[in-house]
Amino acid sequence: MQENALLARITWNTLITLLYFFLLAPIIIVFIISFDTRQYLAFPPESFSLGSYVKVFHNAKFISAFWRSLIIGGIVGVVAVSAGMLLSLSLVRYKFRGRAAVNFLILAPFLVPHIVLAVGIMLVIAPLGLLDSYPGIVLAHLGITIPYTVRTITMSLMAVDTRVEEAALVHGASPRMVFWRITLPLVRPGLIAGGVIAFLISFDEATISLFIVSVKASTLPTEIYHYLEYSTDPQIAALSVILILISVGVVVAVEKLIGLRRAL
Amino acid sequence: MSAAATAPTATSSTSAASRGILLMLLLPGLVALVITFLLPLIWLLRASFTSSTMSAFGGGDLTTQSYSTVLFDPFYWRVTWNTLVLGFNVAIFAVVLSYPIALFLARTESRFRGVLTALAVAPLLTSSVVRTYGWMVILGDRGVINSTLQSLSVTSGVIKLTNNSFGATVALIEILMPYAILAMLSGFGRLNAQLEEAAAMLGANRFKVFTRIILPLSLPGVLTAALLVFVLAISSFVTPRLMGGGRVFVLGTEVFNEATVTLNWPLAAALSVMLLVLFSSIILLYQRALRALEA
Repeated sequence: MQENALLARITWNTLITLLYFFLLAPIIIVFIISFDTRQYLAFPPESFSLGSYVKVFHNAKFISAFWRSLIIGGIVGVVAVSAGMLLSLSLVRYKFRGRAAVNFLILAPFLVPHIVLAVGIMLVIAPLGLLDSYPGIVLAHLGITIPYTVRTITMSLMAVDTRVEEAALVHGASPRMVFWRITLPLVRPGLIAGGVIAFLISFDEATISLFIVSVKASTLPTEIYHYLEYSTDPQIAALSVILILISVGVVVAVEKLIGLRRAL
Repeated sequence: MSAAATAPTATSSTSAASRGILLMLLLPGLVALVITFLLPLIWLLRASFTSSTMSAFGGGDLTTQSYSTVLFDPFYWRVTWNTLVLGFNVAIFAVVLSYPIALFLARTESRFRGVLTALAVAPLLTSSVVRTYGWMVILGDRGVINSTLQSLSVTSGVIKLTNNSFGATVALIEILMPYAILAMLSGFGRLNAQLEEAAAMLGANRFKVFTRIILPLSLPGVLTAALLVFVLAISSFVTPRLMGGGRVFVLGTEVFNEATVTLNWPLAAALSVMLLVLFSSIILLYQRALRALEA
């Protein structure tokens, strides 16, 4: 009986380890391959060096796409958080007719596949001449990120004790002051988490971006996609590791701030 | 302007001033959502009834030509069939492989629980393009598996693991597993260790505890996870396109192809509407199933 339990425990732990290994396999392998420098894909690496990383830093296409992704992600983060903050305030603090409709409109993008949205957005912005432009891609990313920012900010806002605001008002603070000095600092974790998630979604998003941008406003994921259609050399592995490290850094930051599971 | 919104008295006030503030709070976000969500869906529907890419923006006669192509061309039947098969395979395997991890994370008392949860979910936050590349490296002709098998002299030739639906399925399973794990974790709230102990004490063996207690209680979470993975799989295109090397035809890849290569926007729109219909019917079916399960 005792031995049986031990055996079951070992089997169970082995199974979990194997499953984790499967889940993390692509990331682990990409990490190993990134230290190879050959022109083609092969395993195991011949030698270990940072040659592929150097190549990435000398690849003008990747570098400019990286900065574009960073800028686009930053703008999307700021705009999605601002719009999300205002929407959350109206939803948490006001009761009004049409509130259910607004709520639905915020949740609905979760229910539509990105590829369907992508075609629709393409149809909307093409006649405006916004295909392959910064405003076009920022707009395209706002629809899929605002629902997330509203979610994180609403959670923070609901946790705010309104009596603190009342107290400040009673003691002579103007409503404007209450907003900037009390409410905003209190919901800061929600704002930061929402902004970070919005940034990350925009930074990693490939499906919608591939429909909207081609050359001038191409983002890093779209550049990688087009590169992979022709070649799978270790340069992409090095670039992937850089991207993964950025994501991990951001995830750790969010975890520290408000906890990953609540943010998602 | 937004300052007054923090005033606690605003909650039920309907004065003109507060209505103005409310409008200003709502406007930016609503405008953004209308432009990037509502209008695209309407434009999509309209474009799907137009005859050419030029008239996809309005004007021109309406026609059901694109829909008759989608519904009567055997090629698109096959595409739809491939899409559903891919969705089912991915959903079943992703759920089966994610279940033990979710169960483990829900019950473990390890002090590494936070780290282990983050590790299981973190892949979600790396671009799917990057993870697809990882699978190209693993399954490719000169990839990890083929090189290993060859150096062990198990095979001399190349086993084709990519540029086919096998590769696309494996990669999608792994890429969508974090979603399944998350969905199950939030659905496993009703699992209760004391209940299991009680059953064990009353003489139920491990197998019986699992089939009679753990499994039924976790079923809603499993169902949610399966639905989520299925709908994400049938609407994916980056992974099937890259892992399939142009030889895997699913709705996602065809929508992309019509929209960006052949530039037949009415057909791309009609295929998208098809996908959306498929998507919504699955979600409705799921809600029925969940209600039946709950009853």
